[in-house]
Amino acid sequence: MNKVFASLATAASLFASSAFAGDLVIIYDDPNPGPKAAFEKVVADFSAANPDINVDLSINDREAHKTAIRNFLSADAPDVTAWYPGNRMGPFVDAGQFEDISDLWASDPNLSTSFEAIKPTMSRDGKQWGVPYSYYQWGMYYRKDIFDKMGIAEPKTWDELLAACEKLKAAGITPITIGTKYLWTAAGVFDYLNLRTNGYDVHNDLTAGKIKYTDDRIRATFAKWEELVRPGYFVENHASMSWQDAIAPFAKGEAAMYVMGNFAVGAMKDAGLTNDQIDFFQFPEITPGMPRAEEAPADALFIPSGAKNKADARKFLAFVARPDVQSEWNKAIGQLPPNSKAEVGSDKFIQEGMQTVSTAAGLAQFYDRDAPAEMAKAGMEGFQEFMIKPDRLDAILKRLDKVQGKVYK
Amino acid sequence: MNALTVMPVLFLAPAFLFFTVYVILPIFQSIYISFFEWDGLGDMTYVGVENYLEMFDDDRFYTSLKNNLLWLILYMLAVPAGLFIALFLNQTVRGIRLYKSMFFFPFVISQIVVGLIFSWFYNPNFGVVGHMFEFFGASPPSILGDERYVTYGIIFAGLWPQVAYCMILYLTGLNNVAPEQIEAGRLDGAKGIRLLWHVVLPQLWPATFLAIVVTVIGALRSFDMIAIMTQGGPYGSSNVLSYYMYETALSEYGFEMGYGSAIAVVLFMIMLCFIVAFLWKMYQDEKDWR
Repeated sequence: MNKVFASLATAASLFASSAFAGDLVIIYDDPNPGPKAAFEKVVADFSAANPDINVDLSINDREAHKTAIRNFLSADAPDVTAWYPGNRMGPFVDAGQFEDISDLWASDPNLSTSFEAIKPTMSRDGKQWGVPYSYYQWGMYYRKDIFDKMGIAEPKTWDELLAACEKLKAAGITPITIGTKYLWTAAGVFDYLNLRTNGYDVHNDLTAGKIKYTDDRIRATFAKWEELVRPGYFVENHASMSWQDAIAPFAKGEAAMYVMGNFAVGAMKDAGLTNDQIDFFQFPEITPGMPRAEEAPADALFIPSGAKNKADARKFLAFVARPDVQSEWNKAIGQLPPNSKAEVGSDKFIQEGMQTVSTAAGLAQFYDRDAPAEMAKAGMEGFQEFMIKPDRLDAILKRLDKVQGKVYK
Repeated sequence: MNALTVMPVLFLAPAFLFFTVYVILPIFQSIYISFFEWDGLGDMTYVGVENYLEMFDDDRFYTSLKNNLLWLILYMLAVPAGLFIALFLNQTVRGIRLYKSMFFFPFVISQIVVGLIFSWFYNPNFGVVGHMFEFFGASPPSILGDERYVTYGIIFAGLWPQVAYCMILYLTGLNNVAPEQIEAGRLDGAKGIRLLWHVVLPQLWPATFLAIVVTVIGALRSFDMIAIMTQGGPYGSSNVLSYYMYETALSEYGFEMGYGSAIAVVLFMIMLCFIVAFLWKMYQDEKDWR
């Protein structure tokens, strides 16, 4: 919650954990009970299979990890660390702080054959830098009981979505909940509107800095967004809510839809909702015939170039890539295994997610992972401002162009 | 060399060493880095004063500067408010110690906790403020989600512990007010405000000076409240220089050490004005007493 304090604590724990050679030091970044237990299970299985390796595991707070990693990579590098692929790994790859593991990708029979779909995401400069262990779908989560009661079917097109929103709004239910305090949730909405309006290539060109924000195609995306913002289809006060806070109106039945990643299902169930009350549909089509691309961010493990025990770290990454390990791990955390030979959990959201992702024409990581950090920050602030003050669109887009000109020079 | 000359040097050495390494050197390091473009990982590129030029063309910088100014002005309310409460509490009734400690309580708890409590307070859906508005049939404003109110909301939260701090300074000051002078003033017919203004306040000057100093410093380093309550949002409208510096240089999306350092240098320059003024004032006061 408090990044500053947490990163200080992390820094302190790093000093305490200088390991001996022969040990395998791993830093993981999800202390929530479920994911933590699942990863500890993976580590325990690895230790059982390799009794000569002594694993030293520490788990950081997820937000604190994002800032702490810059210190520990150069000061006291672990042998394996959790991080994100795509553009998010770019700065560390470019600074030579991640180990090139193309050799492992080429020599390991499992890695070289079962990860074709996600390999481009793990690559930079034609080399591979990490091993993905999990990914998850995004889409529209909704209150099935409310939809059923009001006779609304899952919207397949933009017009159907607008009609559903109008009907909900008329009944006193806010159509879509969102919490934009930490900004990235707004990027999820933008990405989907943009992917559905303009397609996968425009998403990539925009985040790569090849298209301006004042471009007509991006304006078209915002025009669609405006059709949701103007009539008040998003919850009020979203700027002061986190994504978890935004689940409250959803759980109380005051809001009916949520553009989210699959990790939110756990939080929705914690808020008292059951599998019968919530369901998932793919974000509706906007431009007819546009190939459907999806957001599917992956989580991965990397070896810092300053690692002391790179041989065992490679062993661990190869272990993590195994289909049986990925099956079990992702069943435990309710996500999708990147390994195409791994089994997918039987949960309905996982099944639908697998169906959504495996039939997609393209997989985007996420706006803040595909765009460079500085651009992402400015962009997401712009999205938030637009959702509150849609009249300022021109000023926002011009400002984003200015930032873009600076970031991608 | 005798003990009289050696001992002070020895006693000062550790403090001086740490002050140099952790305060003085980083200041010069920041100034140095502010002339470079650097992502904190790779190579540093010398860009001259480009970071500063960029700053003068950056709306977010001006927003932060404006908010810093607001903080400085409104935070000063803590001084008279603290004085008022101190005067109110400076009486002998049963249980006054308990009341005093209750008023002092917010200063003891962490700023983070204060920020968290107030962000729940302000929450329009389940916070006290929301319920109050609903009681009167109005729809509650989203104080932390609206660019018009957000800075005032955070400053108000920050005032709560700051008033307590000023109050305790004045309470100790009031203990030292000479009762003879008040008696004398009373005999001469001074009452109420006039007595306070002409007899009590001049004697409280050391406490007032200290209260102003800590309040100015508190206003300029208003970092934790903003970090916990809004993270500078919505869309940067509640940012101040110290948080903007953190955001550009060290946060999740910040990879601009050079630009962050340039902001730090500007913030340092602003602080320097106050520091110099305070030091000069202290020097003048001591000269008079000698």
